[in-house]
Order: sequence, then C-alpha cells, then structure tokens
Amino acid sequence: MFDSLSSKLQNVFRNLRGLGRITEANVADALRDVRLALLEADVNFQVARDFIEAVKQKALGQEVLRSIQPGQQIIKIIHDELVTLLGADSPGLRLEGAPASLLLVGLHGSGKTTTCGKLARWLHKQGAAPLLVAADVYRPAAMDQLATLGRQLNLPVFTKPGETDVLRLAREALAFAAANQRTVLLFDTAGRLHIDQPLVQELVRLRDLVRPAEILLVLDAATGQEAVNVATHFHQALGITGAVLTKLDGDARGGAALSFRAVVGRPIKFVGVGEKLEDLEPFHGERLAQRILGMGDVVALVEKAAEAVDQDEARRLEEKMRKGQFTLEDFLAQLRQMRKMGPLESLVGLLPGGADALKNADLSRSEKEFRRMEGILCAMTPAERRNPNILNARRRLRIANGSGVKVSEVNNLLNRFHQMQQMMKKMGKFQKLLARMGGPGGAGGLPPGMFGR
Amino acid sequence: MSFFQRLKAGLAKTQHRLVHEIRRIVTRSPRLTGATLEELEAALLGADLGLPMTRRIVDAVKTAYETRGRDGPDVFAIARAQIEQALTPAETPLGRASAGLTVVSVVGVNGTGKTTTCAKLAHYVQGRGAAAMLAACDTFRAAAIEQLQLWGRRLGVPVIAAAYQADPAAVAHDAIAAAQARGADYLFVDTAGRLHTKSNLMKELQKIHRVMDKKLPGAPHEVFLVLDATTGMNALAQAREFHRAVPLTGLVVTKLDGTSKGGMVVAIQQELGLPVRFIGVGEQAEDLQPFDPRQFAEALFGTPEPAVA
Repeated sequence: MFDSLSSKLQNVFRNLRGLGRITEANVADALRDVRLALLEADVNFQVARDFIEAVKQKALGQEVLRSIQPGQQIIKIIHDELVTLLGADSPGLRLEGAPASLLLVGLHGSGKTTTCGKLARWLHKQGAAPLLVAADVYRPAAMDQLATLGRQLNLPVFTKPGETDVLRLAREALAFAAANQRTVLLFDTAGRLHIDQPLVQELVRLRDLVRPAEILLVLDAATGQEAVNVATHFHQALGITGAVLTKLDGDARGGAALSFRAVVGRPIKFVGVGEKLEDLEPFHGERLAQRILGMGDVVALVEKAAEAVDQDEARRLEEKMRKGQFTLEDFLAQLRQMRKMGPLESLVGLLPGGADALKNADLSRSEKEFRRMEGILCAMTPAERRNPNILNARRRLRIANGSGVKVSEVNNLLNRFHQMQQMMKKMGKFQKLLARMGGPGGAGGLPPGMFGR
Repeated sequence: MSFFQRLKAGLAKTQHRLVHEIRRIVTRSPRLTGATLEELEAALLGADLGLPMTRRIVDAVKTAYETRGRDGPDVFAIARAQIEQALTPAETPLGRASAGLTVVSVVGVNGTGKTTTCAKLAHYVQGRGAAAMLAACDTFRAAAIEQLQLWGRRLGVPVIAAAYQADPAAVAHDAIAAAQARGADYLFVDTAGRLHTKSNLMKELQKIHRVMDKKLPGAPHEVFLVLDATTGMNALAQAREFHRAVPLTGLVVTKLDGTSKGGMVVAIQQELGLPVRFIGVGEQAEDLQPFDPRQFAEALFGTPEPAVA
C-alpha cells in the first residue's frame, strides 16, 4: 500500500517518460500522484500542496511544451524544485566565540545525546577541542549516557550528577572549558515538548546565558505532519540556526526535512545514518533530493568506499588484477575491505533503484555467504591462497572440514574465483589497449561480479 | 510573493486545531464542494491519519451529504464514528498468563520511549497489587541499563541486568529465572531500540523471544510495540516489520501529551489488527493510561455536541 516515495515517483515518471506531448490533463494526473507520494512521505500537506503548485506553474509554461522531451523536463523541474526546497549543501558549523557553544534541542528520543557524541567526534577530527556538556537534568541516566560516549571518544564530558539547575551547570561548564582550553562546548539539553512553556523558557534562559553560535534542532527523520509544529515552536522561541536529521538509515522517507526547511528556512546541517559514533554525514540537498527521486546516492557510496579502502592497497590490487596475478590472498583482502564499508543493505540502498531491489532481496543471506567465503579462505594455508592450483581433493576436503562447509561450497568458490580471474585478464588486455589509444584506464576497486549474485 | 513566503503564510494556518479547521470548512460552505472536501482531507492528513483512512472519512462524509442533505449529518459525528469503528478496543489493557509469571516484551525503534514505558508498566501493575520485575535487555545503548535501574530504585522494582555488550537473550533468560524464583507476577523486558530495516537486529530480537519461550513456554505473553506519536507514516512500516519478526499483541503510543495526534495507529489497526493498549502522556511513572477508542476519537474531533450550524 505504502510504496516508498522513490518507487512511487518512479512509477509516475515512467508514465511521464512515455509521453510525447504534455497536456494539462496528464500533468495534473501525474502531479496528483506526486502529491500523494509526498504525503505518504510525511511531507506536510501544506508544503506538498504548494510544492505541487509551483511545479505545475512551471510545467505548464512554454519551455516545457516546446522542449523535445517534455517528460524529462518535468522530472527535472520536480527535481530542481525539491533541491531548492531542501536547501543547499551543509554550510558546516559556525563556530564563533571563544569558546564557541552549540545547543542541541529537540523532542524526547529524537537522538540529541547520540548526535552530541557524533558532532563532538566530527569537530575533534576537524581539529577542535570539544567539551560535551550533559545539560539534561531530567531524564534518568542521561548524564551517564553522555559520559559513556565521552569515554568511547576519549573526550572530556562535563557532568554534575544530582544538579537540577541547568543554568548553574552551564555556568560551571563554561568555567571548566575556559580552565581546560576547550574550544567548543556541545550542550546536550533535555528532550522537551515544543509546547511545554516552562521547559522551553528554560532553554531561552540557557541560550541567553551561553550565547550559542548554533542552536540545532535534532529532528527524527520519521517525524510526521507534526514536524511543522515542532519546528515552528522551537524556532519562534529560540531562533533555530539549523537542523540535524536523525535515523535516516531506516526507511523513513524524511518528508520532515522538507517541512523543516519550509517553515524555518534554515539549513539542514547533518544527517545521522546509524547508531555508531561515526555515522554522521554532512547534509547534501542534491543527494537527498536524488535519493527521494530514486536516483540513488552514488556519491555517498563512493565516499564510503574511499573511507574504507586503503588507497595504496587498492592500487596494488588493481595492478595485480590487470596483470592477472590476482590470488585468493587478494580476494580475501578485497572481501574484508568491502565488509568494512558496512552492512550490505546500507550499501545497496545507496545504489540507484537499490531501495527497490532491497525490498525483495534477503541481503542478510548474501551477507552470510560473504562470511562463509571468508571462513573458507581463512581455512586455507597462505601457500594455498597464493597458488590455488595446488588445491587437490585432499586439500579441499581439509578446507571444507576446517571451515565447516561442504566440499561443493569450496569448489564453488574456486570456480567463481577462476571465472573472475579470467574476466580480469581479459579486462587487463582491454585496458592496455585503451591506454594505448589514450582512453580512460583504471578500473574501480571492486572486482566485477562481486555484486553479481 | 516568493514561493517560500507563500509557504510560510500558508503554514501559519495549519496551527489551528483540527476541530476549528473542520468547523470552519463546514460552516462557511453549506454544500460540500470539491474544494471543501479537499480542505477536510488536508485537515485529516494533518493528524497523520494517512491516506486510506482519510479517504474513508471523506467518502463517508460525502455519502452522508449526498443521501441526507446538509441538515442531516454532523461532520464530527461521522468522523468520530469512523474512527471508533476502526479502533476495536482490546479486551484488556494488559493480559495475564493463566498461571505464574507473565512476561511482557517491549520493543520498538530507537527513541520511542521503551525504557520509560517499561517503568510505567511496572508502576501500573504495582498499583493493582501485582509484583513486577524489570529486565534490562538493552545492553547496547550507553547508559540504558542505568536508566532502567534508576527507575527500578524509584519504584522499588527489582531490575535484572548484566554488563554492556552482554547477550540480551541471556539477560532475558536469567531475568525469567529470577522472576520465577522471587514469585513475581509480571516481568517487563526492556529491549534495545532497533530500526525495523536492520535484519540482523530483528534476528537478535527473534532470538531473545525464542530463548524466553524455551525458558518459560508461552513467554513472552504480551509483545508491545512502542510508537512515538510524532511519527508519521513510517509507523506503519515499523509495525509491519516488527509484527513479521515477532508477532505483536498490542501497541503503546507514547508522547501523546504534545500536539501530536498519533493518527497513524488507526491505519495500523486497520491493516494489522493490532489494538492500542496504553498511551503515554508524560514523563512521570503514573503518566500511562489504558487506551480508550472513544476518548481518542473525541480528542481528534471534539466531544459530541450539536455544534455545527
């Protein structure tokens, strides 16, 4: 019933693509579907309506009717309008003041404490000296949670168990930061309802005391129509300077992001994409729009790969591949490198149309297969990995017993490896040919056929 | 006027309460035209009721007006009736095993309020003279165990916990053994928050349940999915996936003390037949109420009174 926005829009676009000519009637038809898709994606109904209106105005204009492929043109208009609405790429954090203060605010359970830890890690990597301030004096064990994150990051945390006055705590935190040469303070405030006046006023007083350079609204990507109210109230009271969209690793369609942009108009700065402390990415409007439109997020995939893959190692492997000297040892290294990039489901989700494919594929099974392959490879001796040709029946049986699989699985793996080797040799020759003709060389890091199954 | 300005001006309107919105629609226009119906639709969507339910109510209103004219039906009454009809109440807010210990597993995505709900449930059964225990099976999130232990101290409820990174299934197993040994009536199992799209984490949850069933056949007797009222349409995906992994017996909707209406539970009950058992309306232990469909419908559309002119 509720298809993802991507697949829904893809259906709409498929119809549009087939059209030779755009009439007002079929634009209206298609746009109604787009509107429904946006509503299902939790985009606020008012925002969705105005968005559709804007697209319609442009779509019915002259430029579309005269263009050669009207369908493509409308897709472009929808895409551009979505990018405009989502806003430009993350401008980074403003870190004015010595020390600079960041205030993280939001509803209960939106992910403030975790985001606080992630931002501290990010700032630390940028060369800042962050201090985490546990300013949640209400939720049981909230301070412990931040303290644990601080320990994991090896960064100082200012906590004061038992304190009930946030302002006093903040004053002491500022003094502590000054005494310990911390350059950025991250205030993890308590979750509160946007209509809870006493608690919101407490935030206003905290803001007036610490004069933060940034007040970030932490917003759960799965937030529904309510996102508009939440953003409006917090913005009116505090003057929000940006947002962090959390839990984007789920299948929530993130319509809340559009709503936030529409009412507050401030940039979305970061997105949370997992439970681990490194799972924080700068926001990219274009990417989110493309992801929403089902174009996949190839850029993120490449970045992920770049982070996980050791460049020198990759070059060495590539060289080997080209020369056809790719051994099982290298295969194992590749396998491990790929698994370092994260669970397969999150990778495939980034591919164009991947979210669609994901719906039916049981990726945990392929994931398991990779683990088995690793097990088989580990059960071989280094000599065997370097020279698979010595693997006779006895050796194969030993390997199968050693890794707890059937001999047929070992054979299977070896067959696939040989196929891969053949392919690489061919590619190597092809590339040499291309290089001689001045064409593009250098294949990507992953051997072809890895995703094949 | 720029696109953004128009958006902002338009959005200011949405802060009106739902009832006002509908009342305005109806009083302004005696006959329901396509435009008014669209406004009604927008108001209903604004409460996160979702498209199918919204269509159903709009259709019901349309039919009523077509057959009986404008003097007959009250838009509120129609909408209320539709919602009440969709939400069949549960027989009991909290079930009881036929004999001995009743195990209640509390599951959900991150940050919906599972730990707090566990504590509130323990407080709820305590108030009814039953002995409760808590199991801290969230061994992943930082300080989740401390949070539950603090609640346990506040309420005087024993908490069974292990170290972080421990196998949550083992904790659940030990907790059932401990609860049986102490003759507790209820054991509330606080599981780690997990996104429904992570198959490995969903498998972990299945394992916890398997182990519990092995230790005490029939356990867990109740499986509650905790939903954040501010969640939009994704709540349906959450319910669907959790229900597929570990058959749920009911829903708990939290954070209903805000302006969120939690309308998506209607869609969930429509599709999966899962009744809402409790609603969370605050941060205190007593802020948990058994769910009442009539009250819920009235909160959405106002109390029944001949208000429409």
